[in-house]
Amino acid sequence: MSTSEIDRQWTTRLRRRVEGKLPPEKMLPDTQPTYVSSWIYVFGIATMSSLGVVIGTGCILALRGPQWWHGSAYGHFINSMHLWSVEIFFFTMVVHLWGKFAMAAWRGGRALTWMTGVVTFFVSIGAGFTGYVSQSNFDSQWISTQAKDGINATGAGAYFNVLNMGQMLMWHIVLLPIGAIVLTGMHVLMVRIKGVVPPFEEGAEVAE
Amino acid sequence: MAFLLSFAALIPLDHLGHYIQWHFIEISVANLIVMILMVLTFIVALVAPFPGRNRRKENR
Repeated sequence: MSTSEIDRQWTTRLRRRVEGKLPPEKMLPDTQPTYVSSWIYVFGIATMSSLGVVIGTGCILALRGPQWWHGSAYGHFINSMHLWSVEIFFFTMVVHLWGKFAMAAWRGGRALTWMTGVVTFFVSIGAGFTGYVSQSNFDSQWISTQAKDGINATGAGAYFNVLNMGQMLMWHIVLLPIGAIVLTGMHVLMVRIKGVVPPFEEGAEVAE
Repeated sequence: MAFLLSFAALIPLDHLGHYIQWHFIEISVANLIVMILMVLTFIVALVAPFPGRNRRKENR
């Protein structure tokens, strides 16, 4: 195979593109700009950490099933861990959102970073809602019957039936988590490619 | 276990929630507390000194 043929291969082109945009020192940096030394920059990783606990406890709940999480002390504990990690996830994500909005974090060609964050936020709301209606208790019955008229009024009810327990559970444990994880991965990769947005007054000053 | 039960009793969760109503706005006290905590956390995150910040500046 000639050199030009190798150059035309999609694997070669993709590898060179990834190497150009995201070299190892940008992918896993050992230093950050000094302006990152602020508590406001902690909430992004706090959101990701709580997402990890959400996914982990969700996997345990999926393995053991509703009878276990409703009927045993350990099941209650993991169920509560799942709930409270979601609470912390949304809490830290909202503070992260406020911080980034105040910094106008879409500056410097970071529009895609901002947009993937916004879409992740909306996907997470959907995941949270489908979680509430998947509890398999009176609370989920109440929430789903209250939500059905609103969802039906939008016209989405034909495809997204909140009274369909099986469908809501599949959205909650398959489609929306995949969306949230993929979008979060894209979001982090965009942050690594473009770097953390600098404050207004300090410009793009970077310290070792 | 007894310790955990006494901790749980600090916030009784087995009764109806409290709501605040102002014109057309109705919000549960629990949600309002969470919103206030988020605003407070945001403000504290902006002003609280970050450990090692001065050291990093000196090394610059």
